[in-house]
Amino acid sequence: MDPRKPGTRLRSAVCDTEVMVIAAPAVAIELRCGGAPMIDIAESPPPGASCHPDAKGGTALGKRYVDEAGDLELLCTKPGEGSLTIAKTPLTVKGAKPLPSSD
Amino acid sequence: MMLLEMATSAFSDRVALRSGDDQWTYAELFAAAGSAAAEVSAAGTERLAVIDVSSPAVPVGLFASAWAGIPFVPLNYRLTEGELESLIQRITPAYLVTDTDRVATLSKLPNTTVASRRAFLEQAGSGTAPPPSWPMEPDAIALLLFTSGTTGAPKAAVLRHKHLISYILGSVEFGAAGEDDATLVSVPPYHVAGVAAILSSVYAGRRIVQLPNFSAEAWIDLARRERVTHAFVVPTMLARIVECLEGSDNLDLPCLRALAYGGGKMPLPVIERALKRLPGTSFTNAYGLTETSSTVSVLGPEEHRAALASDDETAKRRLASVGRPLPGVEVEIQDEAGRPLGPGERGEIHVRGEQVSGEYLGQGVTLGPDGWFATRDGGSMDAEGYLFVDGRIDDVIVRGGENISPGEIEEVLLEHEAVADCAVVGVPDEHWGEAVAAAIVLGKDRPASPEELRTWVKDRLRSSRTPERIEFSKGLPYSETGKLLRRKVRAQLRGDAS
Repeated sequence: MDPRKPGTRLRSAVCDTEVMVIAAPAVAIELRCGGAPMIDIAESPPPGASCHPDAKGGTALGKRYVDEAGDLELLCTKPGEGSLTIAKTPLTVKGAKPLPSSD
Repeated sequence: MMLLEMATSAFSDRVALRSGDDQWTYAELFAAAGSAAAEVSAAGTERLAVIDVSSPAVPVGLFASAWAGIPFVPLNYRLTEGELESLIQRITPAYLVTDTDRVATLSKLPNTTVASRRAFLEQAGSGTAPPPSWPMEPDAIALLLFTSGTTGAPKAAVLRHKHLISYILGSVEFGAAGEDDATLVSVPPYHVAGVAAILSSVYAGRRIVQLPNFSAEAWIDLARRERVTHAFVVPTMLARIVECLEGSDNLDLPCLRALAYGGGKMPLPVIERALKRLPGTSFTNAYGLTETSSTVSVLGPEEHRAALASDDETAKRRLASVGRPLPGVEVEIQDEAGRPLGPGERGEIHVRGEQVSGEYLGQGVTLGPDGWFATRDGGSMDAEGYLFVDGRIDDVIVRGGENISPGEIEEVLLEHEAVADCAVVGVPDEHWGEAVAAAIVLGKDRPASPEELRTWVKDRLRSSRTPERIEFSKGLPYSETGKLLRRKVRAQLRGDAS
């Protein structure tokens, strides 16, 4: 799965995690969740698959996940027990500076 | 729609919306949006328009449109029948939701399906929501907002899902609201701030409390009764609220933590009085336009407090600014040739960023080649990036070849203790092309002569900026969203002259 188009929704093949692509790099990347490549939101996860023990950090609803370069940004729309990685490099939660409510 | 789905999965039983005695939880709002979407899709319409005050039909309609994959069009319920008809013609085939009185008239229009607010909400509340499934197309049109059309026929500003999502993700932390947080929405739904308030509140998990018709007394009463913690008002609303609070010593708003304002220029005396009367409330000034998906720049609570407490002129002056751009938004002041200007130099405010649309229906995208949106607002930026807005460029007075910004003269006039409100406009003049004229509303405390006010301005600005004509007036004409109707002031001052 090549998540290059903003707005694309993906799901984990091994846990409940769902994400939406906010920004994506121009090159193809190997996006994984729970150690397994993520699949299109419309696809069904293979039965019986589970998270790799090294990728069980979990995802949190409403958090944004970014890669080190800041090219990739994902919004978690459904949480799960797997963690998000590019190949084996973990994505990190984007720290948002709190803003005063303006509306 | 994704925003509501996320909020529903996180706090489904929390109250999302209160309107009068009715309330809807997130789960109920979600189901209602799905059910209404099925109804609207079955009618085969291509847009969903709501012609109503701030009622539950607005959030239900907004999310139902997204679910059905069609644009949402909130229309101004104060327009005349003829004005509404001509706007509706531009959005058909359309599903229209309106108050009972209007159903019969609107039903006669071709290519429309009309439902009363009541019937629409009953169907939405009792129907069965289809399984969650909606188009996720960031480039699809989410919202059409007709501008007020002060300079010609109203234009329909186009906001796509990508613009709104970018605004919400850039400015609101998901689920940041506490269980008891509530926001009071008193701006009408056809104003971009009315739509933005719904989206921000839903994403933050903050209960929306709707006030259909604004009056300062009703606003204060509802804020107290519903233990409102957050609100957004336009300057004219804040002026009336402060007046009402000052008239009664034991009236307070103990729960109100944050009050944001925008949508027009805030007179300095009003915000200073508000800060003094509500010391426990954090104030935020938000500047934005319909075409930029609402707020692009904010002056935060700390800066408000610093300005009030400080003797430093720079810090004090900041109270007259709209603060600094949001992360992800760039602001630049450009001259007429499109060259960027330096700190303190006056020019046209340009905005760039993912939430900026700059598109109108039938006219396409009006952004410059490098993505800048020309706001038609004049202003300047100081060395630390604080933005000052002078006013609409089209309102600039050209007197003998010199460009004069009405805002600058109005600020000076408002500093005079006798002046409660004022508007400065250009009127035709044989000698200068245009002459500076001012309509002045005097306060109750003391009178002032035109001569006294002219000297006041002359001493602080220069003589070319001194109003040649001054008329006293009981009140100035404002739109219901707090915009000063300068063309009416101009007509009045011109009429008196002839």
